[in-house]
Amino acid sequence: MAKITFITSQGEHLTLEGHTGSLMELAVEHGVPGIDGDCGGVCSCATCHVHISPEFMPLTGTRSEIEDDMLEFAENTSPYSRLACQLTISEDLDGLVLKVAR
Amino acid sequence: MRNQHKSRFLHQNMALHDEMKYSEFPDPFDKARKEQGCGEMNDQDDPVLMLLRHKDVRKCAHNWKTFQSGATPGRIVVPSEVHIRQTRQIPFEVDPPQHTAYRALVEDWFRRPLQPWYEQKLGALIQRSLEEALSAEQVELVREFSLPLQSRALTLLLNIPLSEAETWISWGTHVFRSEDNPLDSSKANVLYDYIDQQIARAMAQPGEDLYSHLLAADFQGRKLTTEEIKGVMILTFAGGRDTVINALTNTLAYFAGQPGALQFLRQQPEMIGRATEELVRYFSPLTHMGRVVTEDTQLCGRRVKADSRISLCWASANRDESVFERPNEVILDRKVNPHVAFGFSHHKCLGAPHARQLLKGLMHGLIEQVQSIEILQAEENMEHWGEFDRKVGFRRITARFHSLS
Ligand code: HEM
Ligand code: FES
Repeated sequence: MAKITFITSQGEHLTLEGHTGSLMELAVEHGVPGIDGDCGGVCSCATCHVHISPEFMPLTGTRSEIEDDMLEFAENTSPYSRLACQLTISEDLDGLVLKVAR
Repeated sequence: MRNQHKSRFLHQNMALHDEMKYSEFPDPFDKARKEQGCGEMNDQDDPVLMLLRHKDVRKCAHNWKTFQSGATPGRIVVPSEVHIRQTRQIPFEVDPPQHTAYRALVEDWFRRPLQPWYEQKLGALIQRSLEEALSAEQVELVREFSLPLQSRALTLLLNIPLSEAETWISWGTHVFRSEDNPLDSSKANVLYDYIDQQIARAMAQPGEDLYSHLLAADFQGRKLTTEEIKGVMILTFAGGRDTVINALTNTLAYFAGQPGALQFLRQQPEMIGRATEELVRYFSPLTHMGRVVTEDTQLCGRRVKADSRISLCWASANRDESVFERPNEVILDRKVNPHVAFGFSHHKCLGAPHARQLLKGLMHGLIEQVQSIEILQAEENMEHWGEFDRKVGFRRITARFHSLS
């Protein structure tokens, strides 16, 4: 189990408990605004773009080349950008804080 | 006796081979994509440079300033419709920032398919189509399955009575272009007149449908003109017709040729989401879409002049071996799948949530009710783009459905 906090573009903090699946699925399940997950998580839509809080970056591993290429065209990117569908929930991510990109 | 056995065996093998062929959609761009990265075709003396690589397609789709959609209406379509259409399709033939403002008017509407009630109603329509197919001796998939289902489903997206679908079904598969002459405008007029009438009806009697939604909308402090509403509606009809009909038909043909695939989804229905993306990638129902170049530039090692045309070849990009492992195979549970079948960046398909729900619903219906689909006869629908001949679907394909029970 991991507790994940999403900060929406309105500044709202939503802390959700996840067990399996991706961070995108967790967000969509709970209707986090700004995370649509249109492609269902196959890395083709970028509607799950988040910014990881800098201090948590080491927890989330590195981006794949395909994710990187996708983010290259996304709006509002930063060095902390990730696609939430590419992050699998695990206990290691417990306490993670991330900002929804739009 | 022995011979008889043998010949029956051979016959079965041949049938199997044929059915596999129905489920195969070759990539005609392979060589040109690797060697040049682009291809050329002429179209009414307004040639098109087709971009074939995933990276170039995404880059140019993103760069609307240099590769515009807001050219003369009809010019970004291949074959060009400049001589047969004046109405600008919205938001398709508009660039940012105006494009953003138009899209904002319809974005939420086109996301309604994600709501549970919509999924449920769509499921009922799919159920009805499958029951019809299962009870018939044989079904011609394009006209008797996909066209009626596409039309009925569209009534949900427009939020109008189901009975309206009968009119659209009666138009047949070629409302927008005549089958023999793509530049014959008489066919398109049927649709234009129909839309004029519908807008007039909604003006007189506003309801809860898309026409009324557009009539009531506030666009930058004013109402939309009738011409603008017409531009949105024509696009909604045209953009979601052949694409959806091919996606549905090809999906059925695929499962006919690959019975193991249906079995796989029956065991792992949670893979239907990924399977949807994979089939859309593989079929790429919209082969390419044009842009007009606004300044002299360089593309795949060539000089490209201002006011010339390029096209973004989604179908080729979706088989790019530098992005997709085993690109010519359908891998139903493909995990990372950055396909561009629904386009990319600003103009990405507004109808995608609807199309995705339709395909997902179809797969759910199939695994619950259908044991197998047998193809009796088929004629492929080949597109011709300069040097490239591409199978995009079927002109007709007759099948028999076998029930699970
Ligand atoms: C499997 C089915 C479909 C496929 C493969 C498909 C493909 C595409 C593609 C590739 C584009 C991008 C065009 C460009 O960049 O110039 C697009 C745009 C569009 N599609 Fe679809 N489409 C499908 C279904 C639908 C449906 C069902 C509708 C509506 C009923 C629809 C409406 C639109 C609209 C309105 C746009 C223009 C969006 C814009 O310019 O901002 N499409 N589609
Ligand atoms: S959900 Fe589409 S890229 Fe993440």
